[in-house]
Amino acid sequence: MVQVEQGLRYTRTHEWVKVEGDVATVGVTDFAQSELGDITYLELPQPGTQVKRGEPMGVIESVKAASDIYSPVSGEVIEANQAVVDAPEKVNQSPYGEAWLVRIRLSDPTEVEKLMDAAAYEQFLAEEAAAHS
Amino acid sequence: MSGLKQTPLAERHRQLGAKMVEFAGWYMPVQYKGIIVEHQTVRTIAGLFDLGHMGQLEIRGPDALAFLQYVTPNDVSWLRAGEAQYSMLLYPSGGVVDDILIYYHPAGDRYVVVVNAANTEKDVDWLREQRERRSDLKVEVTDVSSHTGMLAIQGPMAEAILQRLTPSELAAVEYFHAIEAEVASIPAMVARTGYTGEDGFELYCAIESVVALWDRLLEAGTPHGLLPIGLGARDTLRLEACLPLYGNELSPEITPLEAGLSWVVKFDKGDFIGREALLEQKATGVPRKLVGFKMVERGGVPRSHCEVQVEGKTVGFVTSGTTSPTLRENIGLALISREYAGIGRPLDVVIRGRPVRAAQVKTPFYKRTR
Repeated sequence: MVQVEQGLRYTRTHEWVKVEGDVATVGVTDFAQSELGDITYLELPQPGTQVKRGEPMGVIESVKAASDIYSPVSGEVIEANQAVVDAPEKVNQSPYGEAWLVRIRLSDPTEVEKLMDAAAYEQFLAEEAAAHS
Repeated sequence: MSGLKQTPLAERHRQLGAKMVEFAGWYMPVQYKGIIVEHQTVRTIAGLFDLGHMGQLEIRGPDALAFLQYVTPNDVSWLRAGEAQYSMLLYPSGGVVDDILIYYHPAGDRYVVVVNAANTEKDVDWLREQRERRSDLKVEVTDVSSHTGMLAIQGPMAEAILQRLTPSELAAVEYFHAIEAEVASIPAMVARTGYTGEDGFELYCAIESVVALWDRLLEAGTPHGLLPIGLGARDTLRLEACLPLYGNELSPEITPLEAGLSWVVKFDKGDFIGREALLEQKATGVPRKLVGFKMVERGGVPRSHCEVQVEGKTVGFVTSGTTSPTLRENIGLALISREYAGIGRPLDVVIRGRPVRAAQVKTPFYKRTR
């Protein structure tokens, strides 16, 4: 069973967001890493980059596939996790912990409320699974 | 996933926690524990593969040899009963219908041709069409895929594990040779062939027996660390060993000479479909060459169909690419204009619109030392 962490906000493209003040920490979900399989490559936006909600901000690749990472919120990237760029397999091991990807200073904190909470994301995963079986 | 064909092992794969995907119209396991761990297990211990999606055709009749000589470029007359040969079916253009394995059955009464899942119907149609054209030959072509089970056990421990289940002496079975044997009391053709770059065997049995054969092999191998292996690792294993994949390195638009498989083409054996076109290509110069490369710049994983450039000019395309689990580097094969080929020479692989630097390297990427 894939893990969905309580207290985080989620996108339909399987990113998670944790908000502290006006800073959002962003990563990909356990479902995303499990679908991709062994992750071998990450491309993240550099600090200073302006990102927009719903637009591609990076790339994640596994042995078998490549996928865009979409920014769940708008704002300025203030930190990218270089440790996970250097060791992308951390995303498989700890998607909600050590393998956070970027920190973004929110330009519009109300955007966060448009994202799913844990219960809604769990529901979304269940519907997706049903649609594909 | 409805409408897909399933092997008798589909339920076993689900029980083993496999991630199932569509592949060539089949519902198949792409991975169980993960591509990298499965890959490494085959390189260091052994892995078990369900190959029930592959097709098997039997060629029988007094003119079976003459027919195979006509429809394939390799020299089938070299085969004695119990021997196998890598070959192809070619179009008159020299392009590839399919790449195949031909076994002269140990019983000596028929040839068994193993074909790619995606091409089984196309190959049967193609062979029947050629049989019509060559009505002078007495030959039968029978698709036996639906009643043939196919498994592979591959890796350095494959022989030891398989030996526990059969009284036949496996050490006496040479590479690309096959015997009739009983494995866990199940009659099977056991061949020392494979698609991983490791030592190992492919096993063919009646479809009714394939679940039992799988179970016995898994039981015998598990104490040694054998794992079931999905199609994901099958692809990374074959790519490291530079074994071609139909649809990637081979296609109707790519000749065996371009794919670096000229050893398959025996011009002096007599007439065969594609011979003239290939002779002409050989005489006028083969325009493209399949080369191996490693990415030397960060920028992503090369994938099939990525454009390949030299100094901004398109010179070819990537046929296969991945992160090599053995080398921990991004590797690939590319079909490029011959003039740009050369070990050590640079290529740029266009990944997400950006040219990323690669260097041509010696192939295969991996060769077993034993």
